Amino acid sequence: MISNININPEFDFEQSKKRCNLYRKRILDISQTVSALHAGGAFSCAEILDVIYYGLMRKKNENEFLDDFILSKGHSSILQYLILNDFGFLSNEDIDLYCKPGGKLGCHPDYGVPGIGASTGSLGHGMGIATGIAQSFKISNSGSIVYVVISDGELQEGSTWESMMMAANLNLDNIVCILDHNGSQSFGSTKETHPKFYPIREKIEGFNWQCFEVDGHSQKEICSVFDQKIEKKPLFIICNTVKGKGISFMENKPIWHYRSPSKEEYKIALKELGYSS
Amino acid sequence: MRNYFAEALYNEAKQDSKICVVVADISPAGSMQKFREEFPDRFINCGVAEQSMIGIAAGLALKGYRPFCYTIATFTIYRPFEMVRVDLCYQNLPVTIIGMGAGSIYSTLGGTHQSIEDISIASSIPNMQVIAPCDPLEMKEATKWCATKNRGPVYMRLGKVGEPILTQNAIDKFDFGKIRYIEKGTETAILSYGVTTKLAKELHDELKKKGKKNSLISCHTLKPLDIDGVKDILNNHEKIIIVEEHVPHGGLSSRVKEIAQDYKINKDIKSFTLQDKFFHFYGNHNQLLDLHGLSLKKILEKI
Repeated sequence: MISNININPEFDFEQSKKRCNLYRKRILDISQTVSALHAGGAFSCAEILDVIYYGLMRKKNENEFLDDFILSKGHSSILQYLILNDFGFLSNEDIDLYCKPGGKLGCHPDYGVPGIGASTGSLGHGMGIATGIAQSFKISNSGSIVYVVISDGELQEGSTWESMMMAANLNLDNIVCILDHNGSQSFGSTKETHPKFYPIREKIEGFNWQCFEVDGHSQKEICSVFDQKIEKKPLFIICNTVKGKGISFMENKPIWHYRSPSKEEYKIALKELGYSS
Repeated sequence: MRNYFAEALYNEAKQDSKICVVVADISPAGSMQKFREEFPDRFINCGVAEQSMIGIAAGLALKGYRPFCYTIATFTIYRPFEMVRVDLCYQNLPVTIIGMGAGSIYSTLGGTHQSIEDISIASSIPNMQVIAPCDPLEMKEATKWCATKNRGPVYMRLGKVGEPILTQNAIDKFDFGKIRYIEKGTETAILSYGVTTKLAKELHDELKKKGKKNSLISCHTLKPLDIDGVKDILNNHEKIIIVEEHVPHGGLSSRVKEIAQDYKINKDIKSFTLQDKFFHFYGNHNQLLDLHGLSLKKILEKI
């Protein structure tokens, strides 16, 4: 089935870049009203999520996708909420009430919220859930595909590897895992704190997944994976990214995993994105 | 009991194409083999990967399937606890996890394979429902309920093999969420669940010889516990005896005492439970229970 994945012909790289820029701006805006945001990790996967929603996920009808998406790195939920807002699953009021009493959107996505495939946030859960979903698509012969985005940290969870082994055992060629490889976690650079985390690609291939490695901020490179010959195996895409991408003082700084910018920092950040505050 | 479970589940799976089985390298033989052969896509063996077992079951349930996870009790709820809590309970998915050989049944395998706190742990999670059928007949009914009526996560505590039939002449039918009178009297009410209901029955029969009219009750649904049913038991008997294969806290004994306290029902409640202790003892199941104080002789000495 994966050999049939095609990028939506209407997917436009320039439009996508504009949307990603706007996601970053909107996240910065929200950061001025709530403290818990995880902006750094959201900025590192903006292009990835945009390609998934606009380039890969097929619609079943006006209100439903044929394919499924699990944001396993649930701490980037704000980005997913904004995209779901653009698609009409969430209202502007929902976004305004992010992390506020009376709202339904928290720092981590909750199953039951329109457009949210599973409750995530605790790392290492998405791969198992996605494997079950992929198997359900096989049983029902629906032809659907499940996309799952995971973080570096999740690739340190044993549970992720358990399910990767299982997805390969079940010959699930309808699961696509995208790693947001920003190489940065709470204690600093993963290369320094966990050098044996590398190499990644060989480990993935050792689990019998087909693996590609691309620049995760290049829509073109992410999409190019689907032009190449795809094997009948689970598919893994290592997207090399930058935590805090787009804002110079946030890039690759662990502190921006969770912190919200001050008023001054916010102004500088908007300017860097090309907006006047 | 496990073979009855497999047979019951196979029968339900024939009627309902949404029923799946997800196991972690442990599976009841016999009927489960039939399930596997007839519904290969719906039988998933994760190998020794219990976190994956729960995650995969959650994924299936998110898409409308009704998975049953099955392995030894310690590995069905302790090892993948956070997956049980988040994937199943937080998302409130209709997944039944079967804890096979629960309690101290694996007496010779040591503490690593015994689940003497499972009821407490499972009951503490919001949305989780907990069932512990007392005999193969009740197991069939409970399995049928999980396969057809259940709408959320269930932990089902299961024995192993050789449990006697206790409920063929029971006064009440199996009704999820209700206590079940197997025999009814007015003097002492003997409450139990799961495998030790056999011991409760022996106690009941022994007291009967002395001419006492006592009740024997299967509390198969530990959560939600039938509070009104327990209140009636407390109000309508002179004494209460609880027999359970579980540590003293967080099981049936502490729940019944809480209810007695909450509703100001002052009754003599004696509970016979496992001790809050790991025994490095290797003998048969009855010998280990006896070491904990759970034998007919030791109970009779104390009442």
